[in-house]
Amino acid sequence: MTEELIIAGFGGQGVLSMGKILAYSGLMEDKEVSWMPSYGPEQRGGTANVSVIISDNRVSSPVLNSFDTAIILNQQSMDKFESQVKPGGILIYDSYGMHKPPTRKDINIYKMEAMDAAMAMDNTKAFNMIILGGYLKIKPIVTLHNVLLGLKKSLPERHHRLLPMNEKAILKGMEIIQLVSGMEG
Amino acid sequence: MKENVQLMKGNEAIAHAAILYGVDGYFGYPITPQSEILETLMDLHPWDTTGMIVLQAESEIAAINMVYGGAGCGKRVMTSSSSPGMSLKQEGISYIAGGELPCLLINIMRGGPGLGTIQPSQSDYFQTVKGGGHGDYKLITLAPASVQEMADFVALGFDLAFKYRTPAALLADGIIGQMMEKVVLPSQQKRLTNEEIEAQTPWATLGKPVGGKPRVLTTLELEASIMEDHNLHLQAKYRAIEAAEVRYEEIECEDAEYLLVAFGSCARICQKTLELARAEGIKVGLIRPITLWPFPSKILSQYADKVKGMLTVEMNAGQMVEDVRLSVNGKVKVEHYGRLGGIVPTPDEVLVAFKEKVL
Repeated sequence: MTEELIIAGFGGQGVLSMGKILAYSGLMEDKEVSWMPSYGPEQRGGTANVSVIISDNRVSSPVLNSFDTAIILNQQSMDKFESQVKPGGILIYDSYGMHKPPTRKDINIYKMEAMDAAMAMDNTKAFNMIILGGYLKIKPIVTLHNVLLGLKKSLPERHHRLLPMNEKAILKGMEIIQLVSGMEG
Repeated sequence: MKENVQLMKGNEAIAHAAILYGVDGYFGYPITPQSEILETLMDLHPWDTTGMIVLQAESEIAAINMVYGGAGCGKRVMTSSSSPGMSLKQEGISYIAGGELPCLLINIMRGGPGLGTIQPSQSDYFQTVKGGGHGDYKLITLAPASVQEMADFVALGFDLAFKYRTPAALLADGIIGQMMEKVVLPSQQKRLTNEEIEAQTPWATLGKPVGGKPRVLTTLELEASIMEDHNLHLQAKYRAIEAAEVRYEEIECEDAEYLLVAFGSCARICQKTLELARAEGIKVGLIRPITLWPFPSKILSQYADKVKGMLTVEMNAGQMVEDVRLSVNGKVKVEHYGRLGGIVPTPDEVLVAFKEKVL
């Protein structure tokens, strides 16, 4: 099993930390992992993205230009990464502010209204965990148990009281993800 | 999960490894993309545990001269920076090399020239391997390609530096510095006592021993013939290092008809290119120099008799390719593919370049 994933959005949406939690979850399952941020001036307010690889085998290149799954959280990232999903792959996007939704016919496209769900939970910071839940529903590459362990490991101890809220958000995401357009069969 | 496996950035791994090795002092000045080294050291406050000093100097020039002073006392000392900061340190590095002082110099490269970019690059190969400061000197240069090697090469760098009484460099880039991977850290070693330093490095200036002769460390010699003798001594030492310390990794080379040659993060990218090429039935191997100096010339020369072509892949305009060409001495075609200024090549793009230039 090898999952090559890109998560892309605005700085501040929790893109990098979501990738970190997935990488830690992979570590909990004794898998090989790499977490490679696009860092730079864009982190400060512009687009931010991170590629995460979780695999049973040694990871060769942490740098990729095609992905099994793309999680896309803003329009700029959609414009850049829709074309980089492998044929037959998965694209998950949040519909908030997405005026040009994806159009590819050779991939499975899923939509989430995670920003609305986060606001309904009265916690916009839960946004990235809702997205993570949606992703795990479609691609259960790591168990929920290990995700929660990974979350605990990647959060500083002073934030551990937030763990139950994060679990709730992940479960919410699993509920609200919907298939928009899929491939034949 | 195995208990001792951790997930961390390459820069963080360096900081942890330095403390665990029993390093006496780190002197540096922040610069992207390596600031996590200093940050992590400050966060771990090793002065409370091992007694290691961590100091943010007023400038890169001050930091390298603190290393010069600490190394002169036989202490395990190190500095780190990124490209523009390393340029500032070059005068000090030349003095350290001339004075035959062991230390570890870390460069997490970014795009240049000038202040350049903050994205990854490998364009300081010449500066590090060919001597960025003045005079005939060499730096033992280690090129890690994983977070694990970032940790391991701290110990290796210091071991080699002290074995040969010469500075060692760790040359990586923003990718290896900033990415997170699994790492297993070594166990804690004790820092050496002054008595142990005195026994292991009898040249160290630890204060005048009672009844002993004064020890002088200097790089100035007004008598040219004495300076020539010193240079000959250095060159003899460099030949010994070249004979004993070459390190490299061969990946799927046994049946290879073509070779990729790449170091550091580019070697990781090329490994994926290799997988893509082999999936198409093209027999490609990869040689990854681990020591950039001493350079693995011999193995490349041997493969030059067997393969039909070589491609070096570097994030620069063609630096290591010169050493590959010198190694194969015209026996086989050697081409170069590079991206510049902070742009990172992708595995597919390298495959296209390989087909155009070599196949």
